Amino acid sequence: MNAVAAGHRRLPVGHEAGDRRPDWPWRRTSLALVASAAVVLPFTLPPYRLFQLTLVLVYTVALLGLDLVVGRSGRLSLGHGAFFGVGAYTSAVLIAQFGVPYPLTMPAAALATFGLGWAAGRPALRLRGLYLAMVTFAVAVVLPPLLKRLAGLTGGAMGLTVPAPEGLLGLDDDQWVYFLVLMVTAAAFAGMRGLAGSRPGRALTALREHPAAAETLGIRAATHMTAAFAWSAMYAGVAGALYTWTAGFVSPDSFTLALSITLLAGVVIGGLGTLAGPVLGAFAVLAVPAVAQEFDPAAPGIVSGLLLLLIVYVAPAGLAGLLRRTLWGLLRRRA
Amino acid sequence: MFFQQLAEGLGAGAGYAALALALVLAYRFTGIVNFAQGELALLATYVAWQLVDSGLPYWAALPVTVAVAFTAGMLTERVLIRRVESAPGPISPVVATIGLYVLVNALAALVWSSALRAFPSPFPDAPAGLAALAAAGLAGLVLGALALVVRHTGLGLVMRAVAADPRTARLSGIRVGQVAALGWGAASAVGALSGVLLAPSLFLEPAMMTGVLVYAFAAAVLGGFDSAPGAVAGGLIVGVTETLCGTYLAFVGADLKIAVPLVLIVAVLLLRPRGLFGTAPVERA
Repeated sequence: MNAVAAGHRRLPVGHEAGDRRPDWPWRRTSLALVASAAVVLPFTLPPYRLFQLTLVLVYTVALLGLDLVVGRSGRLSLGHGAFFGVGAYTSAVLIAQFGVPYPLTMPAAALATFGLGWAAGRPALRLRGLYLAMVTFAVAVVLPPLLKRLAGLTGGAMGLTVPAPEGLLGLDDDQWVYFLVLMVTAAAFAGMRGLAGSRPGRALTALREHPAAAETLGIRAATHMTAAFAWSAMYAGVAGALYTWTAGFVSPDSFTLALSITLLAGVVIGGLGTLAGPVLGAFAVLAVPAVAQEFDPAAPGIVSGLLLLLIVYVAPAGLAGLLRRTLWGLLRRRA
Repeated sequence: MFFQQLAEGLGAGAGYAALALALVLAYRFTGIVNFAQGELALLATYVAWQLVDSGLPYWAALPVTVAVAFTAGMLTERVLIRRVESAPGPISPVVATIGLYVLVNALAALVWSSALRAFPSPFPDAPAGLAALAAAGLAGLVLGALALVVRHTGLGLVMRAVAADPRTARLSGIRVGQVAALGWGAASAVGALSGVLLAPSLFLEPAMMTGVLVYAFAAAVLGGFDSAPGAVAGGLIVGVTETLCGTYLAFVGADLKIAVPLVLIVAVLLLRPRGLFGTAPVERA
């Protein structure tokens, strides 16, 4: 992993930046396939499946953000469920209590969670070590009782019901929401992709790989890490607002520590520091518990825990790494 | 009233102190913050409950519980942590402990269901305040014994050597892996004490230790994450602060007490990042 990249070539900001990781095989073809599937599916899927697919995209946005912290900065956040919740509640409260048109609630959610992420990240990220994980863990535990306490605004333990956005352009409500979410997801991907080769992105890689050397080069760890964390919280907040539009209902018990752990599991299972990882991870953490639930109410936890351990020990590059290796293996055998 | 609250705060604080000490021990030996520490304690507490429920007297069940916890902690280090310790960055081992957290929590819910269970108090006949103080005394006794072992025995010297510098310790012939496992065992045993002490007032259920872990983080950060006496002092301070805030601040009340450790952690990180008794880290590339 320490192979030095040739000459002026910019380093990829991957989990193992510095290695020359092969690109995906049939990159353009598979991207085109995925894109056309994403456009066609809402017209063929039954409503409940479409709802699930929309949720996968919502989670993808949150996981893209979380990957900025875990995969690209090498820190742990156990609070992204809370940022997701704050985003969802910002949107829900603005729509249900103040009658704000729903498109405006997304920037509001983004702004709120960016600020919150900055406030939570700043004290923890001035220091090395796992302080961020501890602070965010505490944030995730505190949010549900806080939401219940502010009952006048948030509806307390009963939660808030939000009318679904009305379909435009001749689309059904749920199809319209799906395409909204799809557009935001695409924008989120574009943002992350742009970051990979940019100066802040490379600064994060340097800080993750060798903090002391990076600081010697004049890269301020606290500033970059805090900015990355705030952006990452904002992604989670935007995902939360999308969740409100999709589900039409928020309650404090949807945004517990369990959600934060689910998101962390998603980003690890999908594959750290990759763009495909968040999509695969979102599929995994939504599908696996749903299937396991059929057997026993405790089964989702057991399966998720085992899966997380399995990934750490057997496939640290996650599903994205496994998939890429498999595809290349198949290709080589044919050649 | 005030002294009653103070006593209860100290009683709760003893529980937090024990878990914080467990975190600090595991951290000293392997440099890992063990997010599953609370769940290992939960497991031990359920074992204790099962033993007492099947007719064993409390004071006989306690040593068995501690032994079970010790074994569980050692196994965790040997089976799970050792394999990922060498991975780059602190991420993988900590993610492994989070996986363990999820797994143990779900297993506890599977085996013992998520019902609330009453847990016997070690001093059933004493009034509440006095019982809390006695529990704090019990914790103090055990922690004191641990401190004596670490300070004044050959084994303690070896443990301190490994905690101070694993590489040099290995060069002088110490089996670092075994000692680290021993450290995790001791951490888990101390953590079990926390579960057993807090269960009478919190009621035993799978989510019991999640909140306690937050308090323990606050205690460890307040005391300095590498200082064992700091963790104990931090635990007591957190316990008292939390109880007094819950009683006397109207907005906090009983349900938002959990916000107190968050505020404490952030305040410590802003004002005195190395904690009360911690040492400032020295950078060497």
